[in-house]
Amino acid sequence: MRHFLVPLYAIIIFLVLWELLVWVNDWPNYKMASPSDIWPAFWKFKVLFFQYGWDTLWRTVVGLFIAVLCGVFLGMIMGFSKVLREAIYPLLVGFNAIPKATVVPIIALMFVGQHDLNTVLIAFMISFFPIAVSVSIGLSTLEPEYRDILRSLGASKSLIFWKIALPKTLPEFFGALKVAVTLAFIGTNLMEIVSPHGRGLGALFDSGKTNSDYPLMFAVLIALALLGIGLYYVVVVLEKIFAGWAERSTD
Amino acid sequence: MSLNEKKDAIIIKDVTHTYKTETGLLPVIKNLSMNIPENGFTAVVGPSGCGKSTLTKLISGLLQPDEGEVYLSGEKITTPRPTVGMAFQNPVLLEWRSIIKNVMLPLEIVPNKLNLQQKEQRAKQLLSLVGLEGFEEKRPSELSGGMRQRASLCRALVHKPEVLILDEPFGALDAFTREDLWQVMHNLRKKEPFTGILITHDLRESIFLADEVIVLSGRPASKQFFVKVPKSKIPKLESLYTSKSIDMLKTLRKQIEIAQSQQEQNK
Repeated sequence: MRHFLVPLYAIIIFLVLWELLVWVNDWPNYKMASPSDIWPAFWKFKVLFFQYGWDTLWRTVVGLFIAVLCGVFLGMIMGFSKVLREAIYPLLVGFNAIPKATVVPIIALMFVGQHDLNTVLIAFMISFFPIAVSVSIGLSTLEPEYRDILRSLGASKSLIFWKIALPKTLPEFFGALKVAVTLAFIGTNLMEIVSPHGRGLGALFDSGKTNSDYPLMFAVLIALALLGIGLYYVVVVLEKIFAGWAERSTD
Repeated sequence: MSLNEKKDAIIIKDVTHTYKTETGLLPVIKNLSMNIPENGFTAVVGPSGCGKSTLTKLISGLLQPDEGEVYLSGEKITTPRPTVGMAFQNPVLLEWRSIIKNVMLPLEIVPNKLNLQQKEQRAKQLLSLVGLEGFEEKRPSELSGGMRQRASLCRALVHKPEVLILDEPFGALDAFTREDLWQVMHNLRKKEPFTGILITHDLRESIFLADEVIVLSGRPASKQFFVKVPKSKIPKLESLYTSKSIDMLKTLRKQIEIAQSQQEQNK
């Protein structure tokens, strides 16, 4: 009960302080919306919030899913072959160094009008890098003795991968996935904000901006935060199931 | 094949092995020959970096010698064989598996006719032999270093290998734990006979555990000296402090020094 109540109280205190800050300074809601402005803004557009929230969510999840597939594949290639790692790694680093915000308009023009494709693509591009790197590091830092134990018994390469390399990499993989979840959300929203006549929470945010509806913009921020938290904890649950062994009991 | 060779479980015949490094060729083993009889236990000592670990890889088939041959039970080794069990200084237990599942790992790889229940039984039997009864379902991270090494020994023996290769298995343990593990080894040998080779840096360990101690020369390694160690029925730690043992240790120490100075010269 305590570990449920403490965060709850913290959230309530935070909201009260926020409300007070706006009230004391007498800020108009175009400068800073207060929590009491946000609920009406949400209620007014509640249907759109659910529709667009769903758009944002599924695009992010699909983007992430592709990022996991490609990231794990690239990570495996780099983890198993030194030559390929030397070849691919600089390319990856270079690609990752490009701020994705600059890629957004390019992609938006490249596939103009295809909002779903655009958004999924950016979510994928922004989030696959940490996954690829963590998987490759996990695989390449596998102690040679682990491999020798299985190899000396005549185990094939794929058997070594399934029995040892894969499970041993899982904690690193989930660590990267937590980062990737947050990144994928950034990607989705960047695209949704930029794409004209788009859908998704980013589009709702943008229409708040054009209509000077600031409480709406803040309400979108809160909705995004809630989605982000939800997805993050889905990853945490998956981690508990598949890599719970890596967690040492602290007491 | 001569009668004598037939009794030898491990035969190493004129083996030479060279590593290719960026700075050129690095000969690690040169014209090394040795035999280990069935159910014999031989310790190999030598200066650091003289090629002892390479030797274990050659016996297990992980490496092929450039020259010479390695035979296990009369068969020439060309690839890794499931009839080998290995344990290293690092116990390399799989953290995501329970202790018993760790011990059962070789049975999942080596072809065998055991069903799951029989595999568990076999693993349990070994674990109780090394004093790990009741720890079957623990994770490796919940065990001490000595206990992990015990589990690692069980894993090396679970598939009844013809040959047990131990590469400094007790090197990272504290002195008392190490002595406990020596007794465990004697116990295992009595109940689970195996042919073994032990790589070690500890001369007391070598004469306490092995029937024969081989001193390798400095790199490139060849057999420089060997001594047979008479074994009493009940091994006691006190036997290490008799004048006979101390003389043997002194001789071995001297041989190591010779090997070390030779390795220095070859640098």
